[in-house]
Amino acid sequence: MSAATDQGPATDQGITARRALHDALAAVPDPEIPVLTLADLGVLRSIEEIGGRVVVTITPTYSGCPAMAHMATELQAVLERAGVEGEVRTVLSPAWTTDWMSAEGRAKLQAYGIAPPPAAPADGPVPVALGHRRGAPGDSRQPPAVHCPQCHSARTEVVSEFGSTACKALYRCLDCLEPFDYFKGLH
Amino acid sequence: MTASTPTPTSTAALVTYLLRLADDNLILAQRLGGAISWMPDVEDDVAVANLCLDHLGQARNLYTYAGAVEGAGRTEDDLAMLRGEREMLNAVLVEQPNGDFAHLVVRQLFTDAYQVPLYEALVASADPELAAIAAKAAKEARYHLRLSSTWAVRLGDGTDESHRRMQAAVDGLWSFTGDLFTTDAVEAELAAAGVAPDLDALRARYDATVAEVLAEATLSPPTDPYQRIGGRTGYHTEHLGHLLPEMQSLYRAHPGAEW
Repeated sequence: MSAATDQGPATDQGITARRALHDALAAVPDPEIPVLTLADLGVLRSIEEIGGRVVVTITPTYSGCPAMAHMATELQAVLERAGVEGEVRTVLSPAWTTDWMSAEGRAKLQAYGIAPPPAAPADGPVPVALGHRRGAPGDSRQPPAVHCPQCHSARTEVVSEFGSTACKALYRCLDCLEPFDYFKGLH
Repeated sequence: MTASTPTPTSTAALVTYLLRLADDNLILAQRLGGAISWMPDVEDDVAVANLCLDHLGQARNLYTYAGAVEGAGRTEDDLAMLRGEREMLNAVLVEQPNGDFAHLVVRQLFTDAYQVPLYEALVASADPELAAIAAKAAKEARYHLRLSSTWAVRLGDGTDESHRRMQAAVDGLWSFTGDLFTTDAVEAELAAAGVAPDLDALRARYDATVAEVLAEATLSPPTDPYQRIGGRTGYHTEHLGHLLPEMQSLYRAHPGAEW
């Protein structure tokens, strides 16, 4: 997150106010997974001061994410509550990836009962190709193991590739038998 | 104009191209929306709703950009809701009815096998906005292909009944795929300018994907080469004329309505 400060009073008071505004913007929760903030999720891309106005930039997780309008409204409300003139912009590029999710965000998800996405692959995207239709053990196309957020077992299976929101899939633990949401890795 | 410099694209060609891509996604989203609650299990109801949402989101991004390029003040809603059958430029494949689950799976498989290489190529488009839209859509299309290919194999290589239905869907939908790779002056102009990919190159990847999935699903491609094309220039099958009034009636009755 960048914080260009091209103008404004460089007083202690100004810096404190600016820091408070950043904190308030970064603390806006995701409407569908309220345990995560937009900053944790990597949706909040930047907060900049341009020509005396604060420009907050966000990027959608998925093309059709229905929560984007709500997020923009919430961020705009923070600006208004702080008495700051500004706007919220949505950009598509660079495309959001779960690699941008903070370590803190991953830990929060886990504690909330949602298996976090895998960390960024070492070299380049995981080749999904045609997926794991018949994935034999050792098949290099196999996605990384998803651990149960309850008992941490790696013995889990996909119930559905698609879940209650665009960013999640539905899994089941084969040890503790609990169903759980998995935040899909998107690289 | 010299042959050595990239051709600057005309606004009209770019708008037409964007509408072709957008219409594919909008019409497919409308079809998928109509399938919600009709799937074999609740997980697939959720899946089809997710697919619908992704395609609708891609359509919205493309319409918004098309409206901006056109510069005539048309919004995404105007482009989606106030164009008639002869103005819609989607491939006839996506307007085909949901039919049984096999038809929905095969229509999705053919669409995904086309959109994955298309979007991956468009990431390198000379048009930065189109490249940004494609970068998001490519990730989604790859995920869709996982679902459609998984179901194609499971049903094709399943019971006698599921195999029979899948083969019927492949046979029935095959002749509507020609639009996906039909080119005209619009594609040629954009390809010359580096904005759109060469469809012949994409065709090879599409053919390989479809052949691989069908083989694993123990299904056969039809031998009849007939293709019913025309969607890219607004000549549709009878089904679009029934889909559009249902989709557009609210906006046409209440222009500018938001919901």
